[in-house]
Amino acid sequence: MRQFFFFIRKEFLHVWRDGRTLFILFAMPLAQILIFGFALTNEVKNTRIAIVDPARDETTRAITDRLESSRYFEVWSTLPDAEAVDESFRRGQVRMALVFPPDLHNKLLHGNEGVVQLIADASDPNVANTLVNYATAIIMDYQREMPGYQEQPYAMRTEMRMLYNPQLKGSYSFVPGVMAMVLLLVCSMMTSISIVREKEIGTMEVILVSPIVPIRVVIAKMVPYLLLSIVNIISILLLSVFVLDVPIQGSLVLLMSECILFTMTSLAIGLFISTIAESMQAAMLFSLMGMFLPTIMLSGFMFPIENMPLPLRIVSHVVPSRWFYFIVKNVMIKGVDITHVWKETLVLIGMLVFFLTVSIRKFKTRLE
Amino acid sequence: MRVLRILLEKEFRQIFRNPAIIRMIFMMPTVQLLVMPFAADYEVRNVKVCVVDYDHSAYSSRLVRKVDATDYFTLAATTDSYEEALAMLEDEEADLILQIPAGFERNVVREDEATLFMGINAINGMKANVGGAYLRNVITDFNREIRLEWMQLPRMNPVPLIKVTALNRFNPLMEYAYFMVPGIVVLLVTMVGSFLTALNIVREKEVGTIEQINVTPVKKHQFILGKLIPFWVLGNFTLSIGLLISWLVYGIVPVGSVFAIYVFSAVYLLAVMGLGLFVSTLANTQQQAMLLSFFLMMLFILLGGLYTAIDSMPQWAQLFTRINPVSYFIEVMRMVVLKGSTLRDITGHLMIILLFAVVLNGLAVWSYKKRS
Repeated sequence: MRQFFFFIRKEFLHVWRDGRTLFILFAMPLAQILIFGFALTNEVKNTRIAIVDPARDETTRAITDRLESSRYFEVWSTLPDAEAVDESFRRGQVRMALVFPPDLHNKLLHGNEGVVQLIADASDPNVANTLVNYATAIIMDYQREMPGYQEQPYAMRTEMRMLYNPQLKGSYSFVPGVMAMVLLLVCSMMTSISIVREKEIGTMEVILVSPIVPIRVVIAKMVPYLLLSIVNIISILLLSVFVLDVPIQGSLVLLMSECILFTMTSLAIGLFISTIAESMQAAMLFSLMGMFLPTIMLSGFMFPIENMPLPLRIVSHVVPSRWFYFIVKNVMIKGVDITHVWKETLVLIGMLVFFLTVSIRKFKTRLE
Repeated sequence: MRVLRILLEKEFRQIFRNPAIIRMIFMMPTVQLLVMPFAADYEVRNVKVCVVDYDHSAYSSRLVRKVDATDYFTLAATTDSYEEALAMLEDEEADLILQIPAGFERNVVREDEATLFMGINAINGMKANVGGAYLRNVITDFNREIRLEWMQLPRMNPVPLIKVTALNRFNPLMEYAYFMVPGIVVLLVTMVGSFLTALNIVREKEVGTIEQINVTPVKKHQFILGKLIPFWVLGNFTLSIGLLISWLVYGIVPVGSVFAIYVFSAVYLLAVMGLGLFVSTLANTQQQAMLLSFFLMMLFILLGGLYTAIDSMPQWAQLFTRINPVSYFIEVMRMVVLKGSTLRDITGHLMIILLFAVVLNGLAVWSYKKRS
């Protein structure tokens, strides 16, 4: 047992003395939480638009004012005609243009009908869609306040209630996602590299001729990163509660134990990679491409899984972060208890057992 | 010149003898370009609706059928209790609850007004917003149908009505792949340019072969050029594969000139390689280099406008995108490929990237020392 603790101490010193790596390991989660929490939104704010307004009458000016005073749009330029809009798009100056007909005011006055055209730069389809929707809503609002407007009969109204996240904050879905990403990354990449590194530099030989048994070598490698991850989990949770105002609705004990379970699963995956990889570069590329991209893409926090084609949906089931993301989202934000997430927890436990057994079995006590 | 040629030969041999690098250069673009656009689809579809129908009227069942018939919604269940619906929301079996109150049909007909309730799982705010708006559209449509059954519309509008038509330029079918693919190509070029350069130099440090080079009469600039040129070539190669795949698989042919893209990427690669060089002077081990470039890449890519629009970011993040070379290339790529911007339109971007290249490489050459 004493020997085992010495080993843990050795691993700990390895991590501790590499200041640059340590710094990044602590700074990465913080930076990610802040970026995701504040910068990555699909909200539309102060988007630059162009106006084509040959008449400049009462109505067109009123509509322009309304768009300008909303927080979504900023009138960037006034263009002479619709042809100039394309040119402006090509230069990347504006995202949408509002084209008024030359006689909107008169048509509304005499014919009770007028057409306004919105031209959107749809190279980003999402933004284009949102912009058109917002602008349409603003114009419709204006119309409702025009003289002579009356409510129509047989009306069906809708009342919308946003559950769990009434302010529609992006951080509510990003915080669980970032947790999954950071924990998986730190744990799997770091353990995989640290073992292959000993192989590549040659110190593995020294360990293998020592009387320590493989399973202890492996576990000693895991302990420092487990502790490090717990620090990371706590700092992420503190940041999200106090800086991003994402509450922890469910039980903290349950949340922490799920996090530790996921950390251990990721560590086991790291071990598994290290038994396959021959060189550090291979281990890095493997953990980066094999782990990181699927985590971002297939865990459901950036892109909805139900939209994906069937093969990808099937593959997403073997991505551990998918299950963890589901657990954290439900425990942390909806505040459900273990009865709602026991299936997902079992899947993670199963993965942990699988990867651990396979990598301890495959751990070679001989060097080729 | 001869020294440089020999150094280049050494580098190319090392690259081609390393299967991991070859795999990264060929496989990564192919796999990512083939998989990512399918996965990276934000479009809101398949929203699972749970209907709580307290009314059980002809109207309520017509509304439910109408919701079910649209592409956006799938009907998860119809129940009689709100609690049951809420439980489904909790278990993620439904995303949205539509509650039809008792007396809905009667109120529409007799009181000229009835209210429907929607409860939306808003953890993903955007999906909630869009899903809610779609459902509201369906209800408005249904409302119009009902109204037409009860009254005849006058030939001329009794009240002023502004019609809004929308035109989507450059991507009329709103294909998400058109938006993502050019961005992903930039991402790949950047990874090859910065990541591999950094790893390559640090490897020489870690393995110890850099000492051998340091004791030879090879000059500083020769050493750095010898490292840069191979990855510059590889970067352009990756770009070509990327453009080829986007043409063959997604049918995306640049509207603007391909020449403009290559001119820009030639300069851009210099800039990101300068970044890689700089990282390599900061790191001693491959692990550090890897983490450092990973950290930088993450900042650059997430704040580069690939996934979310730069316009929506807060002020400080927008300032950051100005010193982020990736955001310039992503923008240029989308401008040229989708909108057909010419070399003249992107001159401003090109100048800025040129400045980046000069500054970053200057920094790297300055901080590279022949002594350890």
